[in-house]
Amino acid sequence: MRYRRGQRVRVAARRHEGHHRTPGYVKGKIGSVERVHASFTNPETRAYGADGLPKQPLYLVGFAQRDVWPDYRGGSGDRVYVDLFEHWLEDAE
Amino acid sequence: MSRHDHDHPHAPITNGDEPAAAMRVRILEELLVEKGAIRREDVRRGIDWLVSRSPADGARLVARAWLDPEFKERLLADARSAALELGLDAGPSPVVVAVENTEAVHHLVVCTLCSCYPRALLGPPPDWYKSITYRSRAVSEPRGVLSEFGLELEDDVELRVLDSTADIRYLVVPRRPAGSETMSEEELATLVTRDSMIGVADPTAPAGIV
Amino acid sequence: MERGVHDRGGWATQAPIDRSEHELADWELLTDALVGVLGHAGLMNVDELRRGIESMPPEEYERASYYERWLFSIETVLTEKGVLAAGELDARLGK
Repeated sequence: MRYRRGQRVRVAARRHEGHHRTPGYVKGKIGSVERVHASFTNPETRAYGADGLPKQPLYLVGFAQRDVWPDYRGGSGDRVYVDLFEHWLEDAE
Repeated sequence: MSRHDHDHPHAPITNGDEPAAAMRVRILEELLVEKGAIRREDVRRGIDWLVSRSPADGARLVARAWLDPEFKERLLADARSAALELGLDAGPSPVVVAVENTEAVHHLVVCTLCSCYPRALLGPPPDWYKSITYRSRAVSEPRGVLSEFGLELEDDVELRVLDSTADIRYLVVPRRPAGSETMSEEELATLVTRDSMIGVADPTAPAGIV
Repeated sequence: MERGVHDRGGWATQAPIDRSEHELADWELLTDALVGVLGHAGLMNVDELRRGIESMPPEEYERASYYERWLFSIETVLTEKGVLAAGELDARLGK
């Protein structure tokens, strides 16, 4: 696992044709690793009949809502968390 | 409308109120059985499993956690193992993660990309959870969503929205309501609603408490 | 950046959430169970199910009910794999 709990990471802003599980609203955003999950099959290949191997490390990444939404109305401490695969993350420290 | 138990082929019975998809999927099942791709008894077993699922299982986990702090720690560390302790099936999803509401933190669960949900412990998700509006607004406007459900949080409570985008299914452990101190585990479980384990509501207040 | 029709987080909407619920109809339970059985049979996995749903034309995606989307996906993926012949289901339905 490349990233550790608490590490600042950026979500890649790349365009991906085809099935992937990185929601548009966090692409390009900076957050921090909240949890290091285990590794899981890669949905991007498994969605097209491949076996999804090798498994890819998965992380729960947290973002300050005010960093994600320009007009966010809510508590200043509010956060949104997304499960993201390692190959979508870059170090942002 | 009844389910059939016999096996001979026949024109599927349809109800005039059903969409075209109803007939279509029944014919699809027939075709797949004819081709030997699937067996009807496996489909039946799958349906039986689905209808056996309800929020009562999730509620038992929460009630036990409210009474037993060490169980709660085990639940938060590994919900699947904790569920097995109570003889509960956490389902085919590899990982269920329980997250705890506190005085300072409130959790709300969504799947913006589809409808991922801890079905084994909560039963099938409600229509609104799968709706495009909930999926859109739960991440960008969660306090507005909670208001619609009748839940207002203080400004200084940290609202954490969890978007289930991968193999993890999230279950909220809501806060134990005031006035429940003398209740048994079974009675406590009746206070734990499905909606409180998604995060759009608090658990039910004990009778007699406003 | 362009998004798939399914990628809804923060997609602008003022619409209130419709909180009415319905118990799953027999055909919906059947559709759900079919995906599970096809998964065990190695014929279709959950990632393919999602991918198939995401391939729906946007107007169809928005108009379809939840399990209508699943059915669309099952047909798409199984036809792709040759488990179903193109048009076979329609033919059986007499179309």
